[in-house]
Amino acid sequence: MNENKKKELERFAARIRLETMKELKELGFGHVGGSMSIVETLAVLYGEVMKIDPNSPRWEDRDWLVVSKGHSGPAVYATLALKGYFPLEELMTLNKPGTNLPSHCDRNKTIGIDMTTGSLGQGVSTAIGVALGNRLDKRSSYVYLIVGDGECDEGQVWEGALYAAHQKLDNLIAFVDANKKQLDGYTKDVNDLGDICEKFKSFGWDIYNVDGADVEQIYDAIEAAKKAKGKPSVIVLDTVKGKGCSFAENAEANHHMVIDAAQAEKVIAELERKVVEL
Amino acid sequence: MKTVLVKENVKEKTMMRDVYCQTLMELAKENKNIVALDADLMSSMGMVPFLKAYPERTFNCGIQEANMMGMAAGLSATGKIPFAHSFGPFATRRCFDQIFMSCAYAKLNVRIIGSDPGVTAAFNGGTHMPFEDMGIMRNIPGVTILEPVDTVMLKDLIRQTAEMYGIFYIRLLRKNAVGIYEEGSGFEIGKAVKLREGKDATIIATGIMVNEALKAAAQLEQQGISAGVINMFTLKPIDKTAIIEAANETGAVVTAENHSILNGLGSAVAEVLSENAPVPLERVGVEDVFGEVGPEDYLRERFGLTADNIAKKVMKVLERK
Repeated sequence: MNENKKKELERFAARIRLETMKELKELGFGHVGGSMSIVETLAVLYGEVMKIDPNSPRWEDRDWLVVSKGHSGPAVYATLALKGYFPLEELMTLNKPGTNLPSHCDRNKTIGIDMTTGSLGQGVSTAIGVALGNRLDKRSSYVYLIVGDGECDEGQVWEGALYAAHQKLDNLIAFVDANKKQLDGYTKDVNDLGDICEKFKSFGWDIYNVDGADVEQIYDAIEAAKKAKGKPSVIVLDTVKGKGCSFAENAEANHHMVIDAAQAEKVIAELERKVVEL
Repeated sequence: MKTVLVKENVKEKTMMRDVYCQTLMELAKENKNIVALDADLMSSMGMVPFLKAYPERTFNCGIQEANMMGMAAGLSATGKIPFAHSFGPFATRRCFDQIFMSCAYAKLNVRIIGSDPGVTAAFNGGTHMPFEDMGIMRNIPGVTILEPVDTVMLKDLIRQTAEMYGIFYIRLLRKNAVGIYEEGSGFEIGKAVKLREGKDATIIATGIMVNEALKAAAQLEQQGISAGVINMFTLKPIDKTAIIEAANETGAVVTAENHSILNGLGSAVAEVLSENAPVPLERVGVEDVFGEVGPEDYLRERFGLTADNIAKKVMKVLERK
């Protein structure tokens, strides 16, 4: 990846983070932690990798994104708005009565959302279904799937992991947002996941482990995953819950937070500076 | 809609599961989007011919009902028309949240086949004996619940659902049904079929209890009681008009189902009657207990799923008129 492209994606990530923060500040509470930890991945997917057309969100030959950790909705909405799926102003309606932007992703409400998620683990299976359907119709599309590390507690994740490998689904590329935390604390304390990479490897997946805040590493892993034939790929993202949002990063419990307007303003000012600098 | 004729009280020669498989194969030939999913019960369901004819359109994910329902939802998002099967309890209670969110809440397009309804699970016993499947599914907004009574109806309903959009739960006897309808009969989803006119009471029945209801009505006729019979093969959306008309015409209703009387047909009819045409109601069905192992005939007696019990309840409801 050349320096300009890298800069561009870093700037896109900063803008996604900025708009996400504005959304959550307006609402006054929300899923800060898990929204912020996947921002760089969203920037790479929507900024560079995915075959999409914001003017034709249901284009049959598009690439799909299933955000199984549906509570990352705010970051996904910011990304979609910045890509022009809907006006940026709409972001201010997050969770308000009658909004098209609910806490958890909803394919029937938000333009550009490919799959309804929220109840954890389920996006794995729906993503597999989409990948199977695309393969049957001989479409060259990829299905990208984001699951949380805490979400990997769900048995359904592993049902899907087993069957996707059995089906040799090489048009499915999954990410695990390994931010090491879940609602009740650190994943190692709640229900230790052990080595996530080794687990997927033993299920027959092609595995990558990258710094989830490094757009270049994420991009390179996706490109490598696309070359892996005959098996699904998983990119385990080493991430920080609440990344780039100091008050959230520093908080012990940052899955869902009440957001202090003054603190949010500070983060917004920092991110605005960063966007300009980049 | 063709005229519907009632057959004699005889079992059909062809098993329901074979007609299901044949119909799906015909549909698959006509429409490349038809796909079949199963959770390691394809042989039990008689779906091996489908698998052989359409291996690339068959997804047997092993014993993973939750994953199967999510995959069915995902496949339908790409335009596929999935039929996903497991035994009734595992097609509903085992994966309720996946049906609820991935399929129904997401407004996707999935047909769920739950086989071996109620006592027909027989030797698999209480763990496999769904008295709650329709009740579970009735809780989900917008779901269509169907219980085809014989192969004629099964064929017609499967064909219809293939062309419709939404979430369908089809409660399916795998073995031989008693034939109720003549070949070529047509059915309208959401519209009950009146099988027998009556003056004194109406029996509203579904599934294997339709034939029992017809037998009960014949018995009652000997005693000078005129009981009508309605086949309520669509539990949801339920045919309110038919229920209200039955109440107005006969002034007493008995329901009969191979299912718990809680949350199934008995409850649904009670809701319609109490809000629209309150007349005395008696319910024949499983009375809030678990299933158990045994031959089907024994289980029918054990849980009161018999013509005699229906006739008894008709007498009781008449006393309350």
